[in-house]
Amino acid sequence: MFRPRVIPVLLLKNLGLVKSVKFKNYNYIGDPINAVKLFNDLRADELVFLDILASKEQRTIQLSFVQKVGDECNMPFSVGGGIRTIADIKQILNAGAEKVIINSYAAENPEFIKQASMEFGSSTIVVSIDVKKNLFGKESTYTLGGTKSTPYNAVDFAKLMEEKGAGELIINSIEKDGTMEGYDLNLTKKVSEAVTVPVIACGGAGTYAHLHEGIKSYASAVAAGSMFIYHGPRKAVLINYPSKEDLQKIFST
Amino acid sequence: MIVIVDYGVGNLRSVYNKLKRIGIAAEISSDPSVISKADKIILPGVGHFRNGMNKLREYGLVDLLNHRVLTEKIPVFGICLGVQLFTKRSEEGDCEGLGWIDAETIKFVIPQAEKTKFKVPHIGWNSVSVIKESILFKNVDPAELFYFVHSYHLKCNDKQVELGNSNYAYDFVSCIEQGNIFGTQFHPEKSQDAGIQLFENFVKL
Repeated sequence: MFRPRVIPVLLLKNLGLVKSVKFKNYNYIGDPINAVKLFNDLRADELVFLDILASKEQRTIQLSFVQKVGDECNMPFSVGGGIRTIADIKQILNAGAEKVIINSYAAENPEFIKQASMEFGSSTIVVSIDVKKNLFGKESTYTLGGTKSTPYNAVDFAKLMEEKGAGELIINSIEKDGTMEGYDLNLTKKVSEAVTVPVIACGGAGTYAHLHEGIKSYASAVAAGSMFIYHGPRKAVLINYPSKEDLQKIFST
Repeated sequence: MIVIVDYGVGNLRSVYNKLKRIGIAAEISSDPSVISKADKIILPGVGHFRNGMNKLREYGLVDLLNHRVLTEKIPVFGICLGVQLFTKRSEEGDCEGLGWIDAETIKFVIPQAEKTKFKVPHIGWNSVSVIKESILFKNVDPAELFYFVHSYHLKCNDKQVELGNSNYAYDFVSCIEQGNIFGTQFHPEKSQDAGIQLFENFVKL
């Protein structure tokens, strides 16, 4: 039986773990390697690490950090942040990551996704698509940590990335990020229906019911940040993750 | 000594780390003199089939691996792309493989009606039904889930080679065994405790 993945997304800022609301108001959470250890114990399916300042600062996520995660991490993990060359990808994979995540450079140079998937195989190349509506209510995708809009809407960009060879797409709703009020299910659904590669729903999950809704909207996997980092109405920092039994329950219907 | 063959495709370190965690000293190497002395070989890999075969040739390892595995019959374990390379050919890049097992590597063909539910690549956790007695799965709970990441899968012409199946829209071969040749489509190095048990079983062979 295939079981959808539930993926904690960990954001890095200056190598510290942070969490945002709507891609702003970054709150310091703690040491990322410590979080990896906790997620090991909690048997998380997979982890995503995103260095949120890398592209803006025109650098790649620090390799020694990826290696540290690789040495510690008991589960598959993928890494994103400022990736622009085949050599970047090679180094990150050699450091132990299963997949790489590309956001800003995918919009800037879609051909790069083609080159990368030819070199490393589609299943290694994940494209993360950040989506937001502008002041006039027009939806578009964003790069550079949600600060720069692109000419693409979510569905068109998702299809383009699939055509170039991306093996998986993370669809992140900027407006829902950190709200814990549920995914943008329309967005998840319309993108999932438009492509044949797996879509990971991201942005807004706060409860197990939200995870279930994401899968029902044809996401192949569901990701969350706040939900696995905070506990209770006051958002106390407490790394948590559904148990094996909970996971079975969430996806049994 | 167990040698993890480095043929320029990713994912070597995670195998190495996992073995290290259970106290097994392995060496990552593409050096023919090291591979010549190995007691056991692991061929991991993530990536494109044609690229993988080209790299094996480029590194001058094909004849050596053939000799070690087919003539000397040392145990070999292929993971993901690694086990696919054991087959005669792959649809990925329309390319010939090592041909150690009578099987082919083909692309997932998901029926139209299932396409929103079963996306390709197949990424995530899935169970494995083991269909014959195997030392590889000793002490592994049949309910365990294993981690998969792949767009292509094995199709065995020789059914004797099949060790177990998984289901993703349909049943496909997810592990094989033929004498000294073992392989899994899933990643034991990413499959938590069940994966560790598999490695331990292989090491004890």
